[in-house]
Amino acid sequence: MSEHTHSEARHITGYKTYFIVWVLLMILTATTVYVSYLDFGTLNIVIAMVVASIKAVAVALFFMHLKFEDSITWLFALFPLVLLFLLIGMTILDTFTRFFPIAG
Amino acid sequence: MEKANMEESHGHIHHMDPEVEYSSSKLGMWLFLGTEIMLFGGLFAAYAIFRAKYPEMFLESHQELNREMGAINTCILIFSSLTMAIAVTAIQKGKRKMAGLFILVTIICGLGFGVVKYFEYSAKFAHHIYPDTNIFFSLYFMMTGLHMIHVFIGLVVLGVIMVLTFKGKFNEKYSTPVEMGGLYWHLVDLIWIYLFPLLYLVG
Repeated sequence: MSEHTHSEARHITGYKTYFIVWVLLMILTATTVYVSYLDFGTLNIVIAMVVASIKAVAVALFFMHLKFEDSITWLFALFPLVLLFLLIGMTILDTFTRFFPIAG
Repeated sequence: MEKANMEESHGHIHHMDPEVEYSSSKLGMWLFLGTEIMLFGGLFAAYAIFRAKYPEMFLESHQELNREMGAINTCILIFSSLTMAIAVTAIQKGKRKMAGLFILVTIICGLGFGVVKYFEYSAKFAHHIYPDTNIFFSLYFMMTGLHMIHVFIGLVVLGVIMVLTFKGKFNEKYSTPVEMGGLYWHLVDLIWIYLFPLLYLVG
């Protein structure tokens, strides 16, 4: 993110970096499949979501190049997550705090 | 800048400073990806609520899904993300043929994903499982179906970009469409990274 001066200074990610990220993604996929055969109760979904999120961050940072982008791109990339949090969070709050459960 | 303005008056397509054009393309793409996240967000919200309301139904129904096929498709899609990322680096280094070939591999992986999904859907229909079977399968077909539509759109986009790459339209100085196509493809991968555990693994 630092060596941005002008057009020529665009960062090009090396093939090796991509390969390492891919190996990491495959290990995490194997982990999440393996864990799904074990019974940790409610912890199962927590583990699955944490692993998925690590994978998502790896894809965004390296494959999608976000690690090397400027702050305005970061803003554009992260702002939808705030909206997503509001969308899911508020819907859950609404649904589970009603006096009378919704029929159905 | 003056050069760019002159080019415009001569009818060239580049009517902007290339640097500005590149960064606005990129921001526009990320903005679009944000709308895509929100599109799926509504379904994720529905999933969260119905899963909390009917945990037994989700647990029972998700066991009908083929975990192995889901895992295979996850591997295919992640691999296709790798090949697409390599294609972007290749074109940024000016290696057109290599970039084109890796986009081709990405497309083949995308088609492979579609074939596996076709067998999965067929197996569900053969077991008389349809979108109206229960709320879990409604969400399953809706989420994976919407994702599948995105895969197909991605394949069309990558197909066009591949042809243009082989035609030599892109090089180390101008690779914006390849990069934007790559971003879209990675988003499709990103969404599947969440769909796979939610639907196949933990139900």
